Amino acid sequence: MRVLVTGASGLLGAATAHAIASRGHEVVVFQRRASGLPYDEVRGDITDVEALTRAMVGVQAVVHLAAKVSITGAVAEFERVNIEGTRLAIQVAKAAGAERFVYVSSPSVAHSGAPIIGDGALPADPLAARGAYSRTKATAELLVLASENPGFAVVAIRPHLVWGPGDEQLIGRIVTRDRAGRLFLIDHGVALIDTTYIDNAASSLVAAVERATDPTVRGRALVVTNGEPRTVAELLTRITRAAGLSAPDRSVPFAAAYGAGRIAERMWQVRDSEPPLTGFLAEQLATAHWFDQRQTRESLNWAPSVSLDEGFQRLTDWYQHPHP
Amino acid sequence: MNSLAPATLPPADLPGLERSWSRLVDAPDHSGRICTWHLLDSYAQRSDQNARLTLLCIHGNPTWSYLWRRLVELAPSDVRVVAVDQLEMGFSERTGTTRRLANRIDDLGALTEQLGITGPVVTVAHDWGGPISLGWAQNHLAQLVGVVLLNTAVHQPAGASAPTLIRLARSGPLLEFNTVRTTAFLRATTALSGSRMSKQTAKAFRAPYASSARRTAIGAFVADIPLEPGHPSAETLDLIASNMANFAAVPMLLLWGPGDPVFSDLYLGDLMARIPHADVHRYEGARHLVSEDDERVFPDLLRWVSGLERGHQVDSSPVTAAVTQPPRRTRLWDGLHERAERTPSATALVEMSGAGRRVTWRRLADTVDQLAAGLHSRGVKPGDRVSLLIPPGADLIATVYACWRIGACVVIADAGLGVKGMRRALRGAAPDHVLAITPGLALARTVRIRGLRCSVKGLAEIAKIEAPMPPEPPESADAVVVFTSGATGPAKGVVYRQSQVAGTRDVLRQHYAMTSSDAIVAAFAPWAVFGPTLGVASVIPDMDVTKPRTLQAVALADATAAVDGTLLWASPAALTNVIATAGELSPSQRHSFDSLRLVLAAGAPVPVQLLHEIQQLVPNADIRTPYGMTEVLPVSEVSLPEIAIATEINGVLVGAPVGGVEIMISALDDEGRAGGALTLQAGVTGEICVKAGHMRDRYDRLWATNDLASRDLGWHRTGDVGHLETSGRLWVEGRMAHLIVTAGGPVTPVGIEQRIQQLPFVQWAAAVGIGPAGNQQLIIVITSPENISHGLLDFDRVQLVREQVPEFDIAAVLVRKELPVDIRHNSKIDRAELSNWANSILAGHR
Repeated sequence: MRVLVTGASGLLGAATAHAIASRGHEVVVFQRRASGLPYDEVRGDITDVEALTRAMVGVQAVVHLAAKVSITGAVAEFERVNIEGTRLAIQVAKAAGAERFVYVSSPSVAHSGAPIIGDGALPADPLAARGAYSRTKATAELLVLASENPGFAVVAIRPHLVWGPGDEQLIGRIVTRDRAGRLFLIDHGVALIDTTYIDNAASSLVAAVERATDPTVRGRALVVTNGEPRTVAELLTRITRAAGLSAPDRSVPFAAAYGAGRIAERMWQVRDSEPPLTGFLAEQLATAHWFDQRQTRESLNWAPSVSLDEGFQRLTDWYQHPHP
Repeated sequence: MNSLAPATLPPADLPGLERSWSRLVDAPDHSGRICTWHLLDSYAQRSDQNARLTLLCIHGNPTWSYLWRRLVELAPSDVRVVAVDQLEMGFSERTGTTRRLANRIDDLGALTEQLGITGPVVTVAHDWGGPISLGWAQNHLAQLVGVVLLNTAVHQPAGASAPTLIRLARSGPLLEFNTVRTTAFLRATTALSGSRMSKQTAKAFRAPYASSARRTAIGAFVADIPLEPGHPSAETLDLIASNMANFAAVPMLLLWGPGDPVFSDLYLGDLMARIPHADVHRYEGARHLVSEDDERVFPDLLRWVSGLERGHQVDSSPVTAAVTQPPRRTRLWDGLHERAERTPSATALVEMSGAGRRVTWRRLADTVDQLAAGLHSRGVKPGDRVSLLIPPGADLIATVYACWRIGACVVIADAGLGVKGMRRALRGAAPDHVLAITPGLALARTVRIRGLRCSVKGLAEIAKIEAPMPPEPPESADAVVVFTSGATGPAKGVVYRQSQVAGTRDVLRQHYAMTSSDAIVAAFAPWAVFGPTLGVASVIPDMDVTKPRTLQAVALADATAAVDGTLLWASPAALTNVIATAGELSPSQRHSFDSLRLVLAAGAPVPVQLLHEIQQLVPNADIRTPYGMTEVLPVSEVSLPEIAIATEINGVLVGAPVGGVEIMISALDDEGRAGGALTLQAGVTGEICVKAGHMRDRYDRLWATNDLASRDLGWHRTGDVGHLETSGRLWVEGRMAHLIVTAGGPVTPVGIEQRIQQLPFVQWAAAVGIGPAGNQQLIIVITSPENISHGLLDFDRVQLVREQVPEFDIAAVLVRKELPVDIRHNSKIDRAELSNWANSILAGHR
């Protein structure tokens, strides 16, 4: 199969491109900047029809990762990239004759802030989702699932908290804050949360491409995790130790963290960078999120190949022998 | 004729209701007028409507067919469910006719004729739908195969005032105001459900009654309740009540929410008296809308119905009778009388508490006879239930035997249930009489009693009454209702017949080779009751039976010395304290233990270290730990040397079966259900099933519990999980209710806990599951002898815990000051409560 991966400059995009290629498929990557990946490449903005059309020539399947993923920013920009970009990607993919479309979504599209305790993938809900990122991703997921037709198999994969060596989104921030002595727990880090090691997220997307036309997969949204929920306290301890640092030992109450986060959001609106904490993030770090993986594993005929223990070992190795 | 409002289909968006179930059907009513009914019909979309069986469901006031939606959903395809909206109610037509009970019965008959329901029918009804369904049933006896009633009444029980709420709702001008002009009555009804009902569901119940015009019949319905003589519907209702005798051959099922302020347990008692053969299930905690409050109601109902079709529904006859008729045993009071003849002045019983009391065999036998005659003359009849709220001692024992001699059934709601549990247990067992010490009388104050309410002092007066001895009861008479410890849900009443109590006695006598030269030290209360029937003297140590861990070594030594005790039965909690206080023993007190030849530690798992320490104290005794339960005791037994050499760590070794007991295992499936056929295969983990001549007769007013526990004919499902070894010895791995059902299959807690308890920083460990069954995460909760802060255990120690059980994935480890345990044994960990606690912690911010 010739498979287009959009948004391949990110950690997950690159890992997914490699994983698809290693299964013997032909890979094309599409993103704004040069990826440095050894695959056919078309560069451009996700709302650039002309560039997208070039990228989709001869493609049978699309893995659509390109998105604005930050936790703050102008709503219009989220809408442009996440909703319009996705609408366009579907349109061009259909026009180009692609038969499979895998949308990389997020469990936050169905998350209203209440704890998630062993639930499966609930329907995306743009009205209930928290924050511009989640709301626009929710709308886009609904667009994708609605575009299903007999010749166009779609599936939304929602990996939860992807991490791994080289990850700047989650691991990088935690380590940076800990180095600066500014890492603390919220409510002692008691919330149980699922995470996904990068290789497992990538292999789940490969499985989604290959199984997209299966009746148990097409038209569905599936949450992907390692299936090993852990407390936030344990995760932060293991991440910081992997980086050779000491684990956080200070804790603040949820209300204080949430309040601080909301203030930071407002203060950072005038800067062009990410705030250290937002209300959304405080809630994410203080509320249980773990999922039912049975349906996902059965439908995708997939299981994580890297356990948390193995993942943390690899993270430790990476910090001891950092790659460029 | 004009219609005030035609019948309509319900709105499309009511939770749990499928549009395709709804039908509008025209049929003549009692007056011949054609009316339109709305009804739910599970066969609405089928062209062939010939069902093997039809459930005809009648709602009460002010609900509608929505009440039966889950029944429609759950019914198997060959069972048709027809649930009507009565005329003037629900979404059926509003004709403006005031319909009395007799009219409604005729209306329903005309409808079923119109629908062509001619095959077998089970009527199912709730509230005031009950009398209507029974009226229909009377008129259709030929096709009636069963009757199911949920919280209803056919009669105001003797001595009962009318249901207060109904009486209030009916009182004069309030009637129209409450029922028609406002939604007060309507709202009160959905509020009568427990807290479970969602707003959307409550709204759906009110959906057909949006305007006062649509509520007219609600008022008319209430007004039609014949509370006073001469009421136009009184005669119909009386006829229905008196005609209940016609149902003697019809299987009946009563499903009851005991928290119903309208139809209380009193109404259940009235129905049970009219139809003694009825199967009964009380859903503890459920209220008026029982099927909304407890989701087991409809599955249980359907299981009962399928039992009808199989043709062998479980009735109240003993489970064992179906297998073999046991040989006639000596009567429960024979041992007592034999000793009274042979050794009249020897000691039968010693009470160590207070001033101490020593009773001879002659005296005990005489007291029993006098009490039996006196109680009988005061109205305690064979078959009556007598609640005894008397602490273990001479008074309790004499009263128990007196009741047995009459043929009455004693209800023993022991203090180990806690005050709330005792009261709940008492209400559930519905005693006819209460004999109690003063605090017991206070506790039973709110329980309705039709007969005697008597203090222990009053008993002395009753014993003085000159009266003839009652005739001897049959050995099939119910002897006792005892209660499970309630470690997994509300305590369940367990009924033994006299023959089954005698069976337990005979197993004890035979297995422990008891003779009249033995003497029992009864630190575990049930033992004391067996002394007289065994013809063996007994002593009750000075202790607070509600707190087994208060038993002092000195008190135990004194008790043993008082009778030269040879047999000691105590709970592990009591023995723990005996060891802890052994330092206070004088040398002669220490020697008093030399007479003991056997020590039984039972009631809960016993740590082997404790047994070794006990052995130091009782050098001449054989130490054993029997395994059993409220429903059958003993099942198996293991000795200290056997435990000491056991190397496997996967559960508690409880030994080989005793006294002719058979043990088999029903294997677990991936969802943690014990669905496997009974097997003796070693190493298979599953529910432990027991077959014994001395086991319980049945659960009390818990038809469904009984049906599930007895589903393998002649066997009792214990609710415990374990496995057998090749040698036939049994290992217990936990309770079925405490299984952790992960995505990888079910996990049993005890073996995991034992291995984690080997860590130096762990005192007690509990393994619990959180999350939905089938996708649970394994959580460990520990207590520590070290100064470890509560909450999350630190990561390094968590890793040590994980290393103890590497084959399991432990999501988190939590630390607590102590683990919740049951009151009775002070040692059964309440893993369900711990699971809720762990879940609330690990959910984080809500």
